Amino acid sequence: MMLFDDYLLLTLVIVTALGAVFVRDLFSGVLTLAAYSFFLALLWAGLGAVDVAFTEAVVGAGLSTLFFLVALFLTSHQEEVRKQFKVQMMALGSLGILGFLLLFGSVDLPVVGDPESLPSKHVSSHYLKKSLEETDTPNVVTAVLADYRGFDTLGETTVIFTAGIACWMLLRRRDDSAT
Amino acid sequence: MIRPHDSVIVHTLARVFIPIIQLFALYVLIHGHDSPGGGFQAGTLFAASFILPVIAFGIQGSLTVLERRAIILGGIGILLFAGIGLIPLLLGEEFLNYGELPIPGMEASARRHLGILGIEIGVTIAVAATAVSIYYSLRERGEGEGN
Repeated sequence: MMLFDDYLLLTLVIVTALGAVFVRDLFSGVLTLAAYSFFLALLWAGLGAVDVAFTEAVVGAGLSTLFFLVALFLTSHQEEVRKQFKVQMMALGSLGILGFLLLFGSVDLPVVGDPESLPSKHVSSHYLKKSLEETDTPNVVTAVLADYRGFDTLGETTVIFTAGIACWMLLRRRDDSAT
Repeated sequence: MIRPHDSVIVHTLARVFIPIIQLFALYVLIHGHDSPGGGFQAGTLFAASFILPVIAFGIQGSLTVLERRAIILGGIGILLFAGIGLIPLLLGEEFLNYGELPIPGMEASARRHLGILGIEIGVTIAVAATAVSIYYSLRERGEGEGN
């Protein structure tokens, strides 16, 4: 059951997302995107996913905003508008199909917090009941991420590291590659 | 082109906020067992505290060799993570089974608690070093192009 303020936040998320796309000045676009992430973080917090909200706030609203700002130091902050009607129509069409598929898939999702839903009946009840006893960690999310699902977290960290290596190889100056 | 702001307020606030962000990142890391947060968030906060100065003070000077190779530290973080996971494996248990870490005088749950802290530190180092390295790469690209 969604409350009134959830709908308000959802509206703000959509408005800021559209604003970030349509604003011409890239500096304003970056800040609008930060606002979008912040509203999304509030929405996560409202749904009870506090750890996700925290990550969204520091990564979405914090770090990626900083990256965009540093990238703006290196380029012009006015968007160059190119009219490529065919590409735009193709993007609109494929995004429309993607949106339809996502909405179609969301029909089968269980109601949030439903104890009879399939995810709640599987391993999660064991985590909720036993994690404090088994890992001495009150925050279940930390226990699941770092212990029960530690291998996944190792994979995630490796993905981030790989992204860092890719950026390093793409952006480093060629002249010091010999040293 | 965006130029750094020469306002005294911005400079002073940046100087005050950078150590506070780092202290908060440390809190998020160590307190991750009891409250929301953990390695990813702490690493991101640490990285932000290193990147914030450029917003306030602008790009100045060229990078040192250490800064160009910051990505290596990210690898060390992952090795710390995988290394802690490897200890139980070498002792004949499952990979990443912290309950079997060879720490005497502790219950299995306390060893798991410690193992979680250890890998969170590894995640923090990896995430922070990677993010800072991406930032340094961007800055390196900007060098010698009229900045």
